[in-house]
Amino acid sequence: MAALCLSCTANGEAVALHRAEPGSAEPLALRWAGDSEGGAPFVEADPRHPDQLVGFDVEIADLIAHALGRTPQFVLVRFESLDQSIERGDADIALSGIEDTPARRATLAPTIPYYEFREVLSVRDADAARYRSLADLRGRRVATLGGTIAYEILLKAERDVGVQAVSYDDDVHPYTDLILGRVDAVLLDNVLAERRHRFVSGFTTQPQSVAVGHYVAVLSSRNTALRDAINDVLLGAMRDGTLERIFRKWRVWNADQPAMYARLLAHEPVAPIVGLDTSGSVATMTRSDAALRYIPSLLRASVVTIALSCLAMGLAIVIGVLIATGRVYGGRALRGLLTGYVELMRGTPILLQLFVLYYGIAMAIRLPAFAAALLGLALNYAAYESEIYRSALEAVSPGQLEAARTLGLSERQVLTLVRAPQAFRLALAPMTNDFIALLKDSSLVSVLTVMELTKQTQIFATNLGSWVIPGTLCAGLYLAMSLPLGMLARRLELKWR
Amino acid sequence: MEMNQGSANPVVLRMEQLELRRGVRPILRDLTLDVMRGELVALMGPSGSGKTTALRAIAGLEPFQSGRIQVGDVMLERGGAAAVPTLRRLRRQVGMVFQFHCLFEHLSAIDNICLAPVHAHHVAPGEAARRARELLTAFGVEHRADARPRELSGGEAQRVAIARALAVDPPLLLMDEPTASLDPPRRVELGALLRGLLEQGRALMVATHDEEFAREFATRVVRLEATAG
Repeated sequence: MAALCLSCTANGEAVALHRAEPGSAEPLALRWAGDSEGGAPFVEADPRHPDQLVGFDVEIADLIAHALGRTPQFVLVRFESLDQSIERGDADIALSGIEDTPARRATLAPTIPYYEFREVLSVRDADAARYRSLADLRGRRVATLGGTIAYEILLKAERDVGVQAVSYDDDVHPYTDLILGRVDAVLLDNVLAERRHRFVSGFTTQPQSVAVGHYVAVLSSRNTALRDAINDVLLGAMRDGTLERIFRKWRVWNADQPAMYARLLAHEPVAPIVGLDTSGSVATMTRSDAALRYIPSLLRASVVTIALSCLAMGLAIVIGVLIATGRVYGGRALRGLLTGYVELMRGTPILLQLFVLYYGIAMAIRLPAFAAALLGLALNYAAYESEIYRSALEAVSPGQLEAARTLGLSERQVLTLVRAPQAFRLALAPMTNDFIALLKDSSLVSVLTVMELTKQTQIFATNLGSWVIPGTLCAGLYLAMSLPLGMLARRLELKWR
Repeated sequence: MEMNQGSANPVVLRMEQLELRRGVRPILRDLTLDVMRGELVALMGPSGSGKTTALRAIAGLEPFQSGRIQVGDVMLERGGAAAVPTLRRLRRQVGMVFQFHCLFEHLSAIDNICLAPVHAHHVAPGEAARRARELLTAFGVEHRADARPRELSGGEAQRVAIARALAVDPPLLLMDEPTASLDPPRRVELGALLRGLLEQGRALMVATHDEEFAREFATRVVRLEATAG
């Protein structure tokens, strides 16, 4: 029978810290989740030993695990999914520069903060004198990472001072786009801003901070006993200087940390965010109030989704028709070229194509985000559409074409008056399928900062700390868009049969 | 309904020593034939003797290896596909009704008939529709003007197909197995309809297996022999 070593926490709950199996000295693992894509100084693969992780969050996870007598075991989870993953039980604890927010306090069991950061504004060097604060950026595009405190600050600034909030999926491209002129400022925490400064020049970080926040580790709300034990470990590490050594090593130690540690060691409360009024946070509302708060932005995002999908499909149809016509009627060289295009677009991920269009060719052609999204979806879907049209054109009976020729129609007229209209009927059902698929694939363009329905839902879910209501609303909106399309297609098919 | 009387020459179609092969397989060999205005020539012979191929060659759908075909003042020479201007002139001279009619599935009966006059011969749409209705009335299917091909019976579809072929008023009408899907009463009706066309001065060439139809309605029967191959 397993012997359990128990430790009692301040509130008297018992927590399993170490389990010794008879005949085995194997300690219990501490599964900790993080996103190594986030990079140093948080979590990244060691450039010299890519199979090993380095970063201050890695060292803090090690510190906690060893203090609890456990073996740290890393679980890779995308940054946006860390909360849900913890709640699901994929890992015991998540650490990856996770911000302390009212939503996390309401739905998870965050630890005490272990690092205090400042939200800082970065602008191009040439703009350093005129864009000192958010108030100076009326009508300007300000970038940040979606679903963060900084994004909430920007949404408030959108309402209060008229900035345009632009959401990114990572913390690297906001700065490259700042240099390229696609955005006019970036609001992110000082750790991220300083890290980017080491690799990119041409921007200035304003000294005045916009807000103050904290990094915490999060555990499932069912796991408060382990959370309290970890809090004790963190307090010990603050007291004995272990955390200071870790943060100095990663060059992020500053005067804010000892001040916060002193408050924590004196058992003073630390607010999750200073400088942003979070009393109206959706996490503190009832679910129905939160849903009502987000419905307008979800509807706006639906308009983006439907507009983008309709325009992209329209363009894909035009390009697809041209490709199919070229493949059926063109010479050998043209047919080879077009076949190559179709295979390239079908054989590579659409996400990669979107990245290439928006970031890859940005030095030569600086496409706006919506244009790049539209073009990326259209070029990709054109390849699929062209295959549908090509097979539909080839499915039109040769007798129909010969009958048209014997009547004196030119080859062009045979195509436009006889072959294409009949092929279109054959293509209608697969085209409808593709349109519905495109409607859903349009969610991929959020990587290009286009705020469409899925991205808006993700932000809603992050702020609410739950996917149930946002996911239901999002699914309802997608169905409201796709079902009428399916019905329209069925009616057209019946009419034209 | 009066046909175009542009040429005084009674010979509408002349085929001279026509030879046609597919690969090395001979289909037509030394076919020489004149068809006069007012004639209904039944082209007969066993399956594979080249009846349909001969019609297709006359309609400019099939290239041939030697000999020549003259329809009115349009000359088709051996070799590949004829030049576009030649084919354009040819298709004012020859109408073709396919065995399975090949009506355009996406168009109504009347739109099938109007398509070529409007788009290939630049007849005003109103005038084309008026003429199409005349043809449908003459063939007894005016009540089916707005029906789609799939809604027509075999006999109705054939009459619409004949009307479509005649919409540009060609002196020569080619028909491939026109009685194949008709019951005896419909066959008699078709014969009467074709006689009416002959009376207008048209020439008809009909590929058929139907001995009875040929005996009753053809002015001349030409038998093709199966080529060795």
